[in-house]
Amino acid sequence: MNPDRRSFLLGTGKLLVLSTAASVAWEAIVAGRPETATNYTMTDHWWAMVVDIESCIGCGICLRACKEENDVPRMPQYFRTWVERYRVNPSDLEHPVVDSPNGGYDGFPGKGDPDPDAKHFFVPKLCNHCADSPCVQVCPVGATFVSPDGVVLVDKTYCLGCRYCVQACPYGCRFIDPRTSTVDKCTLCYHRITKGLTTACCETCPTGARQLGDLKNKKDPIHQFLLGHHVLVLKPQMATGAKVYYNGLDGSVR
Amino acid sequence: MSGWLKDKEHLARMAGLFALGITAFFVFRWVMVPAGFGLYGHYRPGALDDARARPLHYAGRAACEDCHADVVAARVGSRHARIGCEACHGPLFAHVQAGGEKKPARPDSRILCARCHETSPWKPKAFPQVVVAEHSPEGPCVACHKPHAPKMS
Repeated sequence: MNPDRRSFLLGTGKLLVLSTAASVAWEAIVAGRPETATNYTMTDHWWAMVVDIESCIGCGICLRACKEENDVPRMPQYFRTWVERYRVNPSDLEHPVVDSPNGGYDGFPGKGDPDPDAKHFFVPKLCNHCADSPCVQVCPVGATFVSPDGVVLVDKTYCLGCRYCVQACPYGCRFIDPRTSTVDKCTLCYHRITKGLTTACCETCPTGARQLGDLKNKKDPIHQFLLGHHVLVLKPQMATGAKVYYNGLDGSVR
Repeated sequence: MSGWLKDKEHLARMAGLFALGITAFFVFRWVMVPAGFGLYGHYRPGALDDARARPLHYAGRAACEDCHADVVAARVGSRHARIGCEACHGPLFAHVQAGGEKKPARPDSRILCARCHETSPWKPKAFPQVVVAEHSPEGPCVACHKPHAPKMS
């Protein structure tokens, strides 16, 4: 017996409604509880940093503060941020002399090895919190990711310690924490910026060479700085969408 | 009976096996995939809460200024006015939490001041620098300079 039009439409309607309800219910079961609501809305922010090379004095207070705040191993060679010292012969930009004793943890004591014909400057470095991050693309297990507010983070409970991301980062910003054998990196002090504080390095920088900025907040002074200065990101040819903007960056900086 | 109904029992057994396999797959998936995976992207959204839950060590300048009005007044117009308190005094969130207890150690000015002000060709030319050994061979810097307002009149 063929169904009449009314019963066919009713049946189809019920099927549609019920299957939608079932799929919504199933989504809810699979998704579990969404993150605990706070007064911080991730989609309202897009974090970045400005580094003014012309203000950096190489005191190393930023990385001392970083190690304190984030429990970074106190041994040399483990840094979430560090300071490099450049000596560049103006006629040979290809071969800068770069050093960073202990990352600049004790500043740069002593006279160094200055050259009267060269230019000298410091370059603070940290994770560039790339919008199209190579480290995120290579992670095989979804342990590293760009958060909805533009911060590259690591899920330490998921990280296998495979080191793909350490190799993928063009800026050398990642290391393996010897205590956990998982990868570690700058979180842009995510626990601070989500509470309305600035990062530990920006909080302690005595010359204001580092400034945290929220690109989605129109009142943030970072917009005035970016408008008024010629800024560069590191390795723009890598097309990583880096969000650490350097003012006064020399062409010799790698 | 002839025709397809002959294999009915066989089909039912296969269907049962399939149903069991599919159920096992979903149970396995439910156990292995953490709650909310994929909510924002290919990661566990709980990792955001983990990153946010880390303890604070630096309280931030505003917290210092709540209590230390005298220092705020001393720094008005000073060349050190814009420096965060904890740049020199170290992490003080525990001090704030303890309501002023757990006072920080007084910094050694000969080490601390030199970290910024020792002469170096790498520093910007306009930044005030001294060769500490010549400028003051011994004694603390704070014997002459007040660190909150360092200019000597």
